[in-house]
Amino acid sequence: MSGFAGNDETLTKLDLEVNIGGIRMKNPVATASGTFGFGPEYAPYIDLNLLGAIVVKGTTLEPRLGNPTPRLVETSAGILNAIGLQNPGVERFIGENLPYLAGFDVPVIVNISGDTIEDYALLAGKLSRAGGVAALEVNISCPNVKKGGMQFGSDPAMAAEVTRAVKQNTNLPVVVKLSPNVTSIVAVAEKVAEAGANAISLINTLLGMAIDIKTMRPLMGNVMGGLSGPAIKPVAVRMVWQVYREVRLPIIGIGGIMTADDAIEFILAGATAVAVGTANFVNPRATMDVLEGIEKYMVEKRVQNIYELVGAAHR
Amino acid sequence: MYLTDSEVINQQMILPGLFLLTLHAAEVAGAARPGQFLHLRCGKTLDPLLRRPISIHFTDREKGEVSLLYRIAGKGTSLLSQKKRADKVSLLGPLGNGFKMTDGNESISVVAGGIGLAPLYFLLCELSLTNRRAAVFLGSASIEQLILVKEIKALGHQVYPCTDDGSSGFHGPVTELFEKSVAKRGSDNQNALTIDLVYGCGPRGMLKRLCDLLRQKQIPGEVSLEEKIGCGVGACLSCACKIREGGSGYRYHRACVEGPVFKAGEVVWE
Repeated sequence: MSGFAGNDETLTKLDLEVNIGGIRMKNPVATASGTFGFGPEYAPYIDLNLLGAIVVKGTTLEPRLGNPTPRLVETSAGILNAIGLQNPGVERFIGENLPYLAGFDVPVIVNISGDTIEDYALLAGKLSRAGGVAALEVNISCPNVKKGGMQFGSDPAMAAEVTRAVKQNTNLPVVVKLSPNVTSIVAVAEKVAEAGANAISLINTLLGMAIDIKTMRPLMGNVMGGLSGPAIKPVAVRMVWQVYREVRLPIIGIGGIMTADDAIEFILAGATAVAVGTANFVNPRATMDVLEGIEKYMVEKRVQNIYELVGAAHR
Repeated sequence: MYLTDSEVINQQMILPGLFLLTLHAAEVAGAARPGQFLHLRCGKTLDPLLRRPISIHFTDREKGEVSLLYRIAGKGTSLLSQKKRADKVSLLGPLGNGFKMTDGNESISVVAGGIGLAPLYFLLCELSLTNRRAAVFLGSASIEQLILVKEIKALGHQVYPCTDDGSSGFHGPVTELFEKSVAKRGSDNQNALTIDLVYGCGPRGMLKRLCDLLRQKQIPGEVSLEEKIGCGVGACLSCACKIREGGSGYRYHRACVEGPVFKAGEVVWE
């Protein structure tokens, strides 16, 4: 809540606070899971306290080594990645990473991923008891792991089952992160909402690949990977638009947000909050630039409360 | 670690496809250590999207300047080579761990393959500041590509050039000349060099060979690896390097944070 709207005579404070299914965020700008590490990576460049929320790197029950390299390939206005959910496992996350984040005044959303429905249930339980976690983001959309991941996200009934299992094991708000690699994003969103999700985040990466024409071999160690960055933004905006029309849950819009203009597009399409992902790699201050740009836009449009913009393109 | 728009002081073509870029970035010049790199935004548009990691070639702390020696490898470095004096370049750095500099009196050897000389030259500059001298094995394709020989000699180091085509110095891989020149400590070969510590940088195949040799001869060393780097700050986990852990186990370390310099004996080669 900084900056002012209105004319010089009647200065009014901007209200940027949003509520994402029970997560109170001081502004709508979060970080996308997998692009912001566990926080300290970006602390030299921005004040983490100014973020709306931090969504940390995907966490699993056991530590994961991750995929063989190359894990990253740059494409036109985008990147393909196949990291393979490399992470220290939930116990070490709780012991080592969570205490660091507790030092900041920012909601921590933990992204969880499993091979089985039971994994998700166990992760939900452990993280709910850990303290210092504001919400869970259920990753049913990772394209880069052999088991689980996207399989859960591409079948609406399975997606609902995972959501229910998580809900039964936590009192924290549950955000379900949807995969764009489906025929109908609305069908999955509806099932997840029925199963009790408190919010939806979309989209995860689009499954893609690239081939080296010199060696005639796939460029990535994992052959396929997830496409992110500005190349996917129109697909993400379309999906936010569709889900907003059919499902009454707050949406965190994700996909190729590089600037405030991109973020505003998502909000107008129906996102209550946004998460900045790949842009962090290009500009470590991207989240702050997006936040400042949203404030400027509100002043220009004489909008005092961010909610006046949410879904405004539908009206 | 700084994020700043630095000004181009000079851009010079050394050889076709090989450039020396000097940037004004006083804080970075003050903080940089040999083996560290800068992450540069080469264009202004979304293609190429990512920054490019380029190792620091040398610094001028008094003038607050950082110089980078780089080869055009693709779209990003090609755009970078078009930057002119007074242009601005967004810079993130210095990043990475850098070489561990000892203050003992070990006999040091440096083994460089091609553009791998870029960060090692910085190391050689720092060594000469404390009057330490190294044996420098320089590998390149041909005499035309063999650069900085005079400069390295001027720093007081001994240079052993090698070329793939035999046009200058030893005819063959730089690791072969290094192997011939090495004596294990306590060896009775009087012509052999005594080497206590080795720093290496170059193509993957060359470094693998160098690490094998160092293990055989039981000489400690450090090598700087090149990996695809995404964020440069340790968040994206793209630049994973397999590093030995436990007996036959390994773990992925990040080239951008725990690297790009690793102990020669710890790197797992495939």
